[in-house]
Order: sequence, then C-alpha cells, then structure tokens
Amino acid sequence: MSAVGFKIPRPTAYQQAERHLERKRYFSFGLPGLVLVYLIYVTFALDVPGVFGRADPDNARTLVNDAYSYKTHVTVDYRRDQREVAAEGERKGVWPDGESPEWVELVGDMGAIVTLPDGHRVELDGRTMRYDVPGYGVIETESSRRGVDLSLPSGPQPEWISSSPARVSITTDSGRVIVTKAFTEVFRYSFGWELFWFTLDSPFYGKSLGELAGLAFSSERVVAGQSNFSAMMSDFWNNRMWRHGDVFWALFETLLMAFLGTMGAALVAFSLCFIAAKNFTPLQPLRLMVRRVFDFLRGVDALIWTIVLSRAFGPGPLTGALAILLTDAGSFGKMFSEALENVDNRQIEGVKSTGANAAQRSRFGVIPQVAPVFISQILYYLESNTRSATVIGAITGGGIGLLLTQAIITQKDWEEVSYYIVLVVMLVMFMDYLSGVLRRRLIKGD
Amino acid sequence: MRVMPAGANDSLQHQYLELVRRRRTYGGILLAVFVMLMVSGFMLADSRNAGGFWDGVLNIFDFPAEIFREAARDVANLPQYLLKFLPSLIETLNIAAASTILGAALAVLLALLSTRGLARWPQLIPLFRRTMDIMRAIPEIVIALVLIFVLGGGPVPAMIAITFHTAGALGKLFSEVNENASLNPVEGLQSVGSRWSQQMWLGVLPQVAPNYLSYGLLRFEINIRASAILGFVGSGGIGYDLKNAISWGQGRYDEVAAIFILIFAAIVFFDQLSSYFRNRLTGEAMV
Repeated sequence: MSAVGFKIPRPTAYQQAERHLERKRYFSFGLPGLVLVYLIYVTFALDVPGVFGRADPDNARTLVNDAYSYKTHVTVDYRRDQREVAAEGERKGVWPDGESPEWVELVGDMGAIVTLPDGHRVELDGRTMRYDVPGYGVIETESSRRGVDLSLPSGPQPEWISSSPARVSITTDSGRVIVTKAFTEVFRYSFGWELFWFTLDSPFYGKSLGELAGLAFSSERVVAGQSNFSAMMSDFWNNRMWRHGDVFWALFETLLMAFLGTMGAALVAFSLCFIAAKNFTPLQPLRLMVRRVFDFLRGVDALIWTIVLSRAFGPGPLTGALAILLTDAGSFGKMFSEALENVDNRQIEGVKSTGANAAQRSRFGVIPQVAPVFISQILYYLESNTRSATVIGAITGGGIGLLLTQAIITQKDWEEVSYYIVLVVMLVMFMDYLSGVLRRRLIKGD
Repeated sequence: MRVMPAGANDSLQHQYLELVRRRRTYGGILLAVFVMLMVSGFMLADSRNAGGFWDGVLNIFDFPAEIFREAARDVANLPQYLLKFLPSLIETLNIAAASTILGAALAVLLALLSTRGLARWPQLIPLFRRTMDIMRAIPEIVIALVLIFVLGGGPVPAMIAITFHTAGALGKLFSEVNENASLNPVEGLQSVGSRWSQQMWLGVLPQVAPNYLSYGLLRFEINIRASAILGFVGSGGIGYDLKNAISWGQGRYDEVAAIFILIFAAIVFFDQLSSYFRNRLTGEAMV
C-alpha cells in the first residue's frame, strides 16, 4: 500500500502541469477568440459593411487626381460674351487678356484652338465646337438658345459621350469638354500643383529655376524700386492661390500652441507636484486634494477644455494653448509626483549631512534625480502635442488645423489639403527629431 | 612652509569655482531665453486670438456656470439624458477599442519586421521604420476628414484614422520591447526548421506579450480621448452628439451637461481600469 501511497503525488504533479498547460492553452486560444468575437460585434455595431457599400469611388478618384494634378479651363461664355483661360477655373488663376498657355491658340474674340495630349484637338469657334478625336473622328456641337445639337461620326454613340438636349459632356483620357446652352468649357489636366510658386500676375511666373537664380543676382530690376530677390520672395509669400504667408503663420500658430501648452503645463505641474508626493507632503488631506485636482484636469480632457475655453477667449492659438496646458498639467502632475515618490533617499541624506536646508536639499538632492524623467516626459509631450494642436486648432479655429478643415470642407481643393498634410507631417517629424536630439543632449550629454 | 607648491591647491579650487560659475551663467542664459520665449509666445498668441486673455479670464466660468445652472434646473431630466447618450458613448468606446486592437495587430507585424535580429527581410528594416514614422506623424483628424469625403459620415472613418496612427505609435514602442527579447527561443525554433511566422508566434510573442498588453492598454486610454475628439470634428460617437447639443444653444445645455458627465466618467473609469491592469501586468513581468 505504501508503494501506492508514494505513487499518488506523481500523477498529481503531472496533472497539475497538465492543467496548467491546459489553462494556458485556453488563454492563448480563448483570448484571440474573444477578440475575434468582439471584432465581429464591432463590425456590425459600427456598420462597416454598410459604409463600404455607400463609399463613393468617384470621390476617391477626384481626391487622388486632384491631389497631384490640376486642370486648366478654357471657357467661352455666350451669355457674358467672354472667353477665359483659368487654372482650376478660379478667379485667382485667370490668365490676363490676350495671354494663354502655349497649348491654347486664341482666335479672334470668342474662339480658341486647344491642343490636348495624344493628338486630340478642340476648336472653339463662336457657338460651334469641333473635337477631333484620333481614331474616332470629329465630334461637332452647335450650341444655341434652344439647346445643344450634337453630330457624331457614324456608328453608335460611345459611352464616354453623354448627351441630353441641353448638355453634352465628352470625357477622354486627354481631357474633357462640356457644352451647354450658355457656355462651352474645355479642361486640360496637367501634372503638379498649379501656380505653386508664382501666380500669373507675377513677372516671375513661368521662369525656370536657372532664370530665377540669374534674375536674383542680376542688377536689372524687374519690379521698380525693389531688388529682384525681395520682389521674388514677396510674390511667393503673397501668392494669392496658395497663400504661403498665411499657411506659414498657421503652422507657426500650431507650434506655438504646442510649445506654450506643454511648457506652461510643465511649470504648473512642477510647482504643484511636490505637494502631491507622499514623501514631501505628509499632510494627507492637502496631498489628496492636489491629486484630485490633477485627476480632474486630466479627466475633463482637451475636448471639453477647448469648448469651455473657446467660449471665454474666442477662437485662436491662445485658447488652444490653454486647453493643452490644463489637460497636460494634470498628466504631468501625476507623472511628476510619482517620479518624486520614487526618488532615492540616500542622495537627499547625503546633501542633508552637509547642513543643507530644505530648499538646498531639494535643489541638490532631488532635482538631479528627477530632472531626466521630467525632461524626457516634457519633450515627448511637446512632440505629441504638435499633433494634438492640429486637432484642437480644428475645433477652436486656429492654426493649420483650421486651414486643413476649411480646405477639406470645400471638397475640391485637395491639392491644398495635400500641401497642408505634407507640412504638418514634416513639422511633426521635425519635432520628433528635435525632441530626440534634445533628450540625448540634456539627459546623457550634460 | 608647505611642501607642495602654494598655487596647486588654489588653482584647482579656482578652476572648479570657475567651472561652476560658467555653468551657472549658461543655466541663467538658458533660463532667460526660456522665460523670454514663454512671455513673447504668450503675448503673440494673445494678440492673434479673437478674444484677449485678460478680457476672457474673468468670463472663464461663465459657460460652465451656465451649463451647471441649466443642469441643476432640470436635474430630474439628467438620468434620462444620460441614458439617451449612452449608446453614443458606447460607440465612441467601440471605435477606441476596435482601433486599438486592429492598430496593435498591425503594430506587432510592423515591429517584428523592423527589429534587428527578428526581421523577415533585414534589408527592408529602414523602410518599415520610416513607414511607422509617417504613420505616427499624420494627425488622426487628417485621415478622418479625408475618409469622410470618400466613405461618408459615421464612425468608420474615425476608426480607420485612429487605427492608422495607433499602428505607428505602438509599432515604435513594440520594436523597442522586441530589442530586449531573448533570441534563444527563436534559434531553437529555427533549428527544428520552423517558418518565420512560427518563430515569431511561439518564440518571441510569449516573451513580449505582457509589455505589449501594457502599452496597448495605455493606447486604449489615449484612443478614447481621440475618438471623442474626432467625433466632434467629424462624425460618430459622443463627440458628434456634443457638437449638436452645443449648437442647440442656450436652454439646451442640460444635454451638454449630461454628455460632459459621460465623457468625464468614461475617461476616469478606463484610466483607473487600465492603470490597475498595467500594474498587475508589469508586476507579473518582474517576478
């Protein structure tokens, strides 16, 4: 019997291990299973299939095309008796009278010959439009007060031509023509961002980089009373299409929000964190009170702070900065006081043994220990707040966030949206890099 | 007299004091620059703001007071409003949770592909790192607003936007964790002819899982805030309801009060919950 008695523990240990493994197996299969179940629930709770069903691929195409290309409109308006060549069809991009890109030949007062890529050619002559499509033939329309007459080469009407009595629209890979009772419009698509450097009214428009560099150093003045370089800069800075000056200011405002908010929060938290640390403030009620203040500031969150503050201060960078300041004062306060509670007492005692008073003990015993933690947290937040400031700017109305939302809401200035996105990403990556460099310098180098 | 040359000790002390003085001067200059930056920055921000700081600072409690007054007046309605907006809160939480999970899954992959010693294609490490940098740098609102144009309103654009950012942010943290993982299990698995995915799944992930989870929970906290904000500027969740409630204007601030309470409670609750679990996870990892 005793032999049996000895054998009992062995299977038990074995069983225990087995059970342990089984539990682990449950865990390693059960947890992913739960996650999967949750994701399936969320898929339906957030109506993901419905959203992708409703998605508009045309919008996506517009967005992508517009982000890297632009169209130039050649319009003949019959009601106003006017012929116009304009980038993106905007007033700011109108070519001066009698001037045009080299692919448009102006004919008389109301006519033009537009050369499109791949040998396509559109002739506008009064109310007549002739579009020569290689491999298909000549499409001719005659627009009048009664409607638009369309005559096509023989054969069925291809699907890239859509027509109704009042409107004809022809879309090819080379461009697009729209004819209505009131106007005929030809679009030609070009790669790039239109008029990014100089608008058409600037004397520097259309010059190559070499020519510009030559002009910058030449003494011959293009604009009287101004050196060429400063005229160039001012034309670029005040570009009406892209508003580089305003964009720069907006970007700077965003950075300002992040900087003021983060540093202000750090100052507030630093002056209060000693009260919230157990080893510096034995008085419990006071300590708990400050801690609750930190928790409250953090819990209310930037969203609510921004809304409340923008009621008092109106839109602008100050509101954003204060919202970041309040939220992060809570986060910093919590982190700082936790760091203070973890300081090594020996260093403080060492300083104390030299007869230092409380202020000196803090300065030489505590600060050197916590400074690296504080600084690295502050720098990390500075980078992350540059991103938050963009979002807060969109809510409160300041900085690049505002420009970005405005450009997106128009739903057509996607080239500007991509310009702003590039700038924001560059700014955030620069801040990331800067905070990394500063962290290494201030903490390790010293 | 002394055996040592009289100047030696003096000059050492002198040098030390000189060093201290120079350091103090540099510190002083740095401090002065910092104060100057803060003050001039504040003044600049003040001048570019619609309302000035000194005019506004006295009115700072007007809006909260108004909300509080209206909420107190209709205090009986409050529970009803809390219930009314609860589904939106759950939507916000769902956006945050789903994007944390999906983002973390993507981050695990990106992190493994960009850690030296573990990467499937070591030559492509810089590519994956830069990808993560860019994913981290694009603010969520940008992706959300662009996607709203393509996909229409609703919570999905916000979810995709937060997922994208989370993948970049967590990917960086995860790859830092991976660098400390022991390669022995990987080599063991390699020697029995396992595939890369098996080496990662069985050799690396069990080592790093607690740290991953801990970072993931921290991200979840951040994402709750982000999804509330995105709702406000885009659509979906409690943020959207908040925007609507505010635009109703005076007399309807009791709804605003209810939403404020819900957001505050949710943030505080999940902060506490996640810090509890994170303490347990890191405690476990230390044992």
